[in-house]
Amino acid sequence: MSNFQYMRASALDEAAAKVKGAEDGAVLAGGMTLLPSIKLGLSSPSDLVDLGGIGDLAGITSAGGSVTIGAMTCHADVANSGDVPPALAAMASGIGDRQVRNRGTIGGSIANNDPAADYPAACLALGATINTDQRSIAADDFFTGLFETALNDGEIITSVSFPTPDKAAYQKFTSPASRFALVGVFVAAGSDGVRVAVTGCGQGGVYRDADLESALAASFSADALADKSVSSDNLLSDIHAAADYRAHLIVEMTKRAVAACG
Amino acid sequence: MTTVSMTVNGKAVSAEAAPDTLLSDFIRESLALTGTHVGCDTSQCGACVVMVDGSSIKSCSILVVQAEGAKVTTIEGLASDGELHPMQKAFHENHALQCGFCTPGMMISAIDLVNKNPDLSEADIRHGLEGNICRCTGYHNIVKAVQAAAAEMKG
Repeated sequence: MSNFQYMRASALDEAAAKVKGAEDGAVLAGGMTLLPSIKLGLSSPSDLVDLGGIGDLAGITSAGGSVTIGAMTCHADVANSGDVPPALAAMASGIGDRQVRNRGTIGGSIANNDPAADYPAACLALGATINTDQRSIAADDFFTGLFETALNDGEIITSVSFPTPDKAAYQKFTSPASRFALVGVFVAAGSDGVRVAVTGCGQGGVYRDADLESALAASFSADALADKSVSSDNLLSDIHAAADYRAHLIVEMTKRAVAACG
Repeated sequence: MTTVSMTVNGKAVSAEAAPDTLLSDFIRESLALTGTHVGCDTSQCGACVVMVDGSSIKSCSILVVQAEGAKVTTIEGLASDGELHPMQKAFHENHALQCGFCTPGMMISAIDLVNKNPDLSEADIRHGLEGNICRCTGYHNIVKAVQAAAAEMKG
């Protein structure tokens, strides 16, 4: 498959030192993207540093109006948690398939920042904070481009904190083959105002739509979007969906998400 | 090469493996348990699904070294004392297989599904089995079989 060295870290500092010291080190979380990428030859790290042995990186704790999810918490555990916002649990229950949800992790998904992944939209809409072994980064500053994040080389996500929204919902129009979002819209209303995050569409990955946000800030209802349209400039266009179709779906998914907020 | 040790179908096993060995290859080639199939090898078809520490996973998408110390159950570990597992019995009685290639992974996924939620609706079963593809398209009887097995496993 590939000629890499494997190391199972038992502590975070050990893992960070190993990744930094490697020629081309990669952190292995659930491996649901990294291992298939290595198999396909899309990635060929010299060293894989497995976080699976670091026990305190998984788990969900809530305190003072926010919930913190450990980076190695798998999607199935978030989907089944009564402590996370229901919209976040529902989103996690729709990632990939059951086996992917049993292995894939929140930290891995966010660090990878796939332009069609679900978690980046949740982080942006809910105003999450991404905590690493070095610092805390606001979601607004974290996702910097296609498969690009604000993480430094060797910096490892330890947890993600989500403030509790007043209302939130996620709606996605999936690719029937991969279950990735052709268009996914996460809408949240809370102390930060209304936030609308769009995944699956942007040429630069996940983004917030300021125009939809201001329309919903004026009136938080699907009707407020009745005459809205979004530009297809800067949207992805591929064999699955053309940019103008994605633009249409963004408004529709936003309406559905607002309606689902109740 | 690294020595990996785990429990497979209730038996302790230990073998040498290169770090890039997939769990599916280890099961099929080092342990000669060929009931676990490899279909797509790109994490989509679900033929390679096995149980690791009580959760169904795709064994083509995990390194054997990641399963160090784990409890693994493959299709060969389902029957006990010559008695078929209720899921196997239900697949047999409901004609839930045609060519049979997807069946081992399909059954392990279905058992995980029923173990975690004994009161499954038909929609829950269809959603829960999305990671398993049957290219004979025999889904209807598979869903019927999982419903029958769920009723029996509940007792």
